[in-house]
Amino acid sequence: MTSDHLIEVSDLNFSYDTRAILKGIDMTMRRGQVIAVMGGSGSGKTTLLRLISGAIQPTSGYVKFAGEVVHELDRDALFKLRRKMGMLFQFGALFTDLSVFDNVAFQMREHTNLPESMIRDLVLMKLHAVGLRGAHRLMPNELSGGMARRVALARSIALDPMLIMYDEPFTGLDPISLSVIGNLIRRLTDSLGMTSIVVTHDVQESLKIVDYVYFIADGVIAAEGTPKEVRESVAPFVHQFIHGEEDGPVPFHYPAQAYRKDLNLEDSVA
Amino acid sequence: MPRRIVSGIRNIGHRVIESIWRLGIASRFFILVLLKSGTSLRRFNLVIRELYFTGVLSLIIIVVSGLFVGMVLGLQGYETLQKYGSESAVGTLVALSLVRELGPVVAALLFASRAGSAITAEIGLMKATEQLAAMGMMAVDPIARVVAPRFWAGVISMPFLAAMFSVMGVFGGYLVTVIFIGVDEGSYWSQMQSAVDFRFDILNGFIKSCFFGVAVTAIAVFEGYDAPPTAEGVSGATTRTVVTSSLVILGLDFILTAFMFRGVS
Repeated sequence: MTSDHLIEVSDLNFSYDTRAILKGIDMTMRRGQVIAVMGGSGSGKTTLLRLISGAIQPTSGYVKFAGEVVHELDRDALFKLRRKMGMLFQFGALFTDLSVFDNVAFQMREHTNLPESMIRDLVLMKLHAVGLRGAHRLMPNELSGGMARRVALARSIALDPMLIMYDEPFTGLDPISLSVIGNLIRRLTDSLGMTSIVVTHDVQESLKIVDYVYFIADGVIAAEGTPKEVRESVAPFVHQFIHGEEDGPVPFHYPAQAYRKDLNLEDSVA
Repeated sequence: MPRRIVSGIRNIGHRVIESIWRLGIASRFFILVLLKSGTSLRRFNLVIRELYFTGVLSLIIIVVSGLFVGMVLGLQGYETLQKYGSESAVGTLVALSLVRELGPVVAALLFASRAGSAITAEIGLMKATEQLAAMGMMAVDPIARVVAPRFWAGVISMPFLAAMFSVMGVFGGYLVTVIFIGVDEGSYWSQMQSAVDFRFDILNGFIKSCFFGVAVTAIAVFEGYDAPPTAEGVSGATTRTVVTSSLVILGLDFILTAFMFRGVS
């Protein structure tokens, strides 16, 4: 039963100094699924990814990845674990001094003793999967935003990881690149048998491709469910988020004192 | 009024504590770089690649500056020495000034502004664009893979650049005094040969430039790695690299000179 679960998050708490970012998060992520983690800016979504990858330590609770509690691992074990994970950063984070080919080959050269001829074949296969085999000689500054993210995607699947985490993969993309990336996430997850976590606030694109959605608001899971359940949800927060309504549980106005008082109108009236 | 004084004192205290704190972090970082240098030494092609960027690309500014500094030294030295009829000693003056002081110091100052600032900006930008984080996520240590090769490349190139600076300076002095002014060529070279001591002058100059190389690159890589990941942060770090390295070079130079030339007449 539990072997079906790649990631288990249990009562996870995280605070910066005294400010609580995540408060008692519970999640289960099954193998082969694409899971979306949604929420407004600053709701702690990226923090969750950093906790899963072991980049930061939880205040309490734990993240279990493939049966291992991430924050209990020492540095070597953590680095070993990270070889089973891939991460796609918001703007790709390609190494700007390396060509597209060398970017994808980076991990293979660092972590394996494969001969260069085999690395070449593997790199071209990974690039082919994202449709950019023909661009392997280009440098990152010659790529468009969407292409850079596809190369980064090819780089993150270089060593066939069990999990890929996507940090805002749809930000700043045109509609074509957006659906290309969306479809790639789904297709690669299915064909490589991986699990994918997509942190995003792009509702429409992600609901098309994911199996399960978690909403995080104010550091707690505000709602969860399949895309169908989420679309039909009547919970005020989910409704506001899915339909992009200006006002609701997430207010338009930042908390402030009374408007009239701020404009010094109270005194003149009195 | 007393309140203002108290807050002033508090401010000074705060800054002192902060500086010491930062010095501690920098020292720890420096030790970490040394401990994680294994990869650089095993895969020396990583260092060679950086040697090209820090060393070879700095050559042009070093060569040109060295030439001009030597020419000025020759000119000024001749002006003064000819008053005492000892213009033949101009070769000695040029060579000793360069090999002992100007070579290592000016080359290091130029190196800090040319290569040091570039190293800081590059590492800082890699951090700001999440390249270092991405590397960490790929289970590759950024200190071993990015920082250490740049550090060693800087340390290795500095003495060579300083030597190149001195050589060009001596040649510049030769151009001005022998070719243009007409000082006797034989005395220019022979006086230089007899006055410059290998142990006291050349070796000490070499040791100085090694110290400067370590100081400048250590500051450059630390500032880059420690830079806040914003445009402002990287530009501030680049400025700090040049300012701090320059001050450290001049301070170190005094200390090293005081030790090296004790009792030398």
